[in-house]
Amino acid sequence: MSSDIRFTDFKSDKQPTWCPGCGDFGTMNGMMKALAETGNDPDNTFVVAGIGCSGKIGTYMHSYALHGVHGRALPVGVGVKLANPDLEVMVAGGDGDGYSIGAGHFIHAVRRNVDMSYVVMDNRIYGLTKGQASPTSREDFETSTSPEGTHMSPVNPLALALASGASFVAQTFSSDSQRHTEVVKEAIEHDGFGLVNVYSPCVTFNDVDTYDYFRDAIVDVSETDHDPNNKDAARDLITDGSTEYVGVLYRDEDSVPYEQREGIEGNMAEIPDGAPEGAMDLVREFY
Amino acid sequence: MPDDLNWAIGGEAGDGIDSTGKIFAQALSRAGRHVYTSKDFASRIRGGYTAYKIRTSVDRVESVVDRLDILIALTERTIDENLDELHEGSVIIYDGERTTMQDVEIPEGMIGLDVPLKGLAEDAGGAIMRNVVALGVACEIANFPIENLDSALEKRFKDKGQAIVDNNCQAARLGQEYAAEEFDHEYGYDLETTDEDYVLLNGDEAIGMGAIAAGCRFYAGYPITPATDVMEYLTGRIDQFGGTVVQAEDELAAINLALGAARAGARSMTATSGPGIDLMTETFGLVATSETPLVICDVMRAGPSTGMPTKQEQGDLNMLVYGGHGEIDRMVVGPTSVSECYWKTVEAFNLAEKYQIPVFLVSDLSLAVTEQTFPPETFDMDEVEIERGNVVDEAEIDSWLDEQGRFQPHFPAADGISPRALPGTTDGAHMTTGLEHDANGRRTEDEEIRVEQVEKRKQKFETAKEREEWDYREFGDPDAETLVLSWGSNEGPMREALDFLAEDGIDVRFISVPYLLPRPDLSEEIAAAETTIVVECNANGQFADLIEHDVLKRVERINKFTGVRFKADELADKIRRLVEPQEVAQ
Repeated sequence: MSSDIRFTDFKSDKQPTWCPGCGDFGTMNGMMKALAETGNDPDNTFVVAGIGCSGKIGTYMHSYALHGVHGRALPVGVGVKLANPDLEVMVAGGDGDGYSIGAGHFIHAVRRNVDMSYVVMDNRIYGLTKGQASPTSREDFETSTSPEGTHMSPVNPLALALASGASFVAQTFSSDSQRHTEVVKEAIEHDGFGLVNVYSPCVTFNDVDTYDYFRDAIVDVSETDHDPNNKDAARDLITDGSTEYVGVLYRDEDSVPYEQREGIEGNMAEIPDGAPEGAMDLVREFY
Repeated sequence: MPDDLNWAIGGEAGDGIDSTGKIFAQALSRAGRHVYTSKDFASRIRGGYTAYKIRTSVDRVESVVDRLDILIALTERTIDENLDELHEGSVIIYDGERTTMQDVEIPEGMIGLDVPLKGLAEDAGGAIMRNVVALGVACEIANFPIENLDSALEKRFKDKGQAIVDNNCQAARLGQEYAAEEFDHEYGYDLETTDEDYVLLNGDEAIGMGAIAAGCRFYAGYPITPATDVMEYLTGRIDQFGGTVVQAEDELAAINLALGAARAGARSMTATSGPGIDLMTETFGLVATSETPLVICDVMRAGPSTGMPTKQEQGDLNMLVYGGHGEIDRMVVGPTSVSECYWKTVEAFNLAEKYQIPVFLVSDLSLAVTEQTFPPETFDMDEVEIERGNVVDEAEIDSWLDEQGRFQPHFPAADGISPRALPGTTDGAHMTTGLEHDANGRRTEDEEIRVEQVEKRKQKFETAKEREEWDYREFGDPDAETLVLSWGSNEGPMREALDFLAEDGIDVRFISVPYLLPRPDLSEEIAAAETTIVVECNANGQFADLIEHDVLKRVERINKFTGVRFKADELADKIRRLVEPQEVAQ
C-alpha cells in the first residue's frame, strides 16, 4: 500500500489558519513529503502535536494523532512508540513547547533515544499569544513582555541536545522546501531520536528573525566539509554563535534505539482475553 | 485468643529490620498461619527508629491491635516506642552486650531475655546474622517449629548459595538452643501450624500483579513512597509478558507516557502518591476529553505538600473526584483490602477501556505496606476477564466512517460510547485533542457540537452506572441500628472491631465502599439506620461529605489523621463512645 502513498494523503481537509506566509506551511509540507517518501502511510503514522501555532499541525495533517497538553508532546510520542514500535512516530511543536515548558522532557527524550523524529518549528517568538519572548528569542529582543529585551541568553537547542547525548541533530529552514524535506527524511530514517530544529519564521510578530535574515545568515553544512559523524566538529559549529547552520550537524551512525536496548518488540495492544499464560507463576512467587 | 500472637522487631534504619521481619512473616505463612504485618516509622524524634510488626493467627487477621507479645529490641528506644503496646508477660529479646543496650531496663512485669545475639551469630559464621539468631529465640518462646524458619531462610538466601542458607539456619538453631537452655519461663505460646498453603504479599504487589493479569503492558512512573513498590514489582516481570516499565523524568512525563501508550492501544498505567497526583492533574482533562482509557493509581500518604511521606492518610479523595480545571469525566475505584488491590486493578482496566475514561485506582499506605496471607486461589488467574470495549477492527470500521470517509473517534452514540480504532488500523486514522472537538476529533467551538460532546461524555458515565454493578462489601449485622461506612484500608480494622463490639453486645452493620465515583446509592441503608458513622483517615471527612451530599443527611464521623492507621480495638472504642455516650460520661 505504501508505494501508492502521496504526500497529499497526509493532508487533512482542514485549511490551516496560520497567517499567510507563516513558516509552518513549509515545515508541514516537508514533514508530509518526508513521511510519504519514507514509505509511511497515515494509518501507520502517529503524529503528536504540542500547543501553540505549531501545535495546530495535527489538525491539518491526516494520520493517527494527538494534540496534547502544552510541553508534554514528547512523552506522549515516546509512549506511543514503545507501545507499538511498528508505528512511525513524529512529534511536532514549537520553541516554547519544546524548549520552555517542555525543556525537561526534551533533555530526557533525547537521552532515551527512542526511534522517532521531533520537528520543532522555531520562530523565536510566542505567536499564538500575540508576540511574547520565547526561549530562543535574542537577548535584546523587545516584546510586550520584554520591553527592554529578555536579559537572558537564548536557549541553544542543538547544543542542549548534543550535551544530552543526542544521536541525530539537524536544523533546517522552512523556506528551503527541498533541503528541509531531505533532512526530515534523514531524521525519520535515523535509528534513534531525530531532532530537526526548523527556522520557521513568524511573519506577524517577529521582525528580527525574518525570511530575509535567515536567507542571508544560513550556511548549509552539506555544502561545507563538515563531517556529521564528528561530534567535536558538530559541537564547534553548534556553539560558535556566529552563523545559522542548517543540515545534519551530527549523526551517530552506531545509534541503537532505546526500544532495542530494552528488548521491546511487538504491539502491546495485542493481549489475550484473560490473564496471560504463565500468570499463575506470579502468584506462586509469593509462597 | 491464645493463638493470636503479636510480634515485632525494632531498631535503627539499616539494622535489617524489614528483611528480618519479612523472613519471620514468610516462616509463619509457610507454616500455614495467617499473617498481617505493619511497619512503624516514627517521625517525632530524630533518628531512624523503624519496626516491622506481625500479627499472626490460624484464623484470618485483618488488622493490627494495641498489643505486643514478643519484641526483638535492637535499641533501647524500640522498647520506649512500644511501651503502650507491651503488657505484663510480654517478652523482650535483646543483646545486653550491644553498646546501645547495656543500660537497658526491662519494664516491670515483662520478661527480658538477654541473649548474646552477636556472639552466637559469629559462632554460626558472621555477626550479620544476629537478627536471625533472634528469630531462633522467638521460635523457642512461641513454641514454633523452627523448620518453618529454615524454609523462609532458604527462600531469602538461596540466590547467595547453600553455604549462606546453612549458616543462617545454624544461627537460628543457636538462638533457639540458647533460649531453651538458659531460660525457663512459662511463656504460654504454642503456635499451631496447619497444612494450608498461603501466599504473602502487600497491596502494591497485588496492584502490580493485577495489572499484569489484566493485560497491562505499559507502566510509566516516577519513584515515590509509598507507590514505588508497584513500579519495582512490575520491573523485570511485565517484560516477561511483552510489556515494559519506563522510569520517567517526572510525573508530568509519566502520565503523558502512559497516555501515549494507551493511545497506541496498550493497556497502560501509572502509579504515584499525592505529590505526583498534583503534577499529573494537568493531564487529567486531556485523558478524559480525548477519551483515552488509562488507569491512574494513587497510593495515598499523609499530605499536604511533602506531609508525612511514610505515614497513612486518606486525604486525596477530593483531588481524585474533583481535581483539574473544567469538568472532567472520570471514575474512582478504591480497593478495601490487599486482595482487593488485585481485583480492583483488573476491574479498573476493564472500566477504563469499556468507557474510554480515566479510572483512578486509589489505595493507601496501609494497604501498600501491609504484607498479608491469602490462599493462592484468591488470585485465580482463570477468573480474570478482559473486556476491551468498542475497539473496531478493519472489517467493522466502515460503519464508523462519516460521509467523507473519515473515522469518528468521538461519535455521539446513544450510550455515549464511541468506536475506538487503534493506530495501525486501515482507514482508522484520526486525531484527537484536548480542545473541544467534533466527532472526528477536530477542534470546534460550535455550540451545538460542544453540547453534544459534553453530553456524550456524561452519557457514557450514566451508561456505566446502569451497566456495571457498583456494589459494596457488607459485614456485621444487617439489621443493626448502627451503620458504619468506610473506604480503603479501614475495612480490615473495622471488620475486627465488629468482633470487639459484638462482645460488648453492640451490633453494627458495616458497609465498606470500594467505588467512590460512581458510588453505590446508600440512601436506603442510611435511612434504615438510627446512626450512620463514616470512618476515614483524614481530618475533614472527605468521604463523609460525599455521603452527606448524596443522601442530604448528616452523618457521624470518626476521623484519624495522626499518620497511623486505625487499630481494631481503638476503632471499636471510638464507635462504642459514639453509640453509648452516657456510659463514657460516667
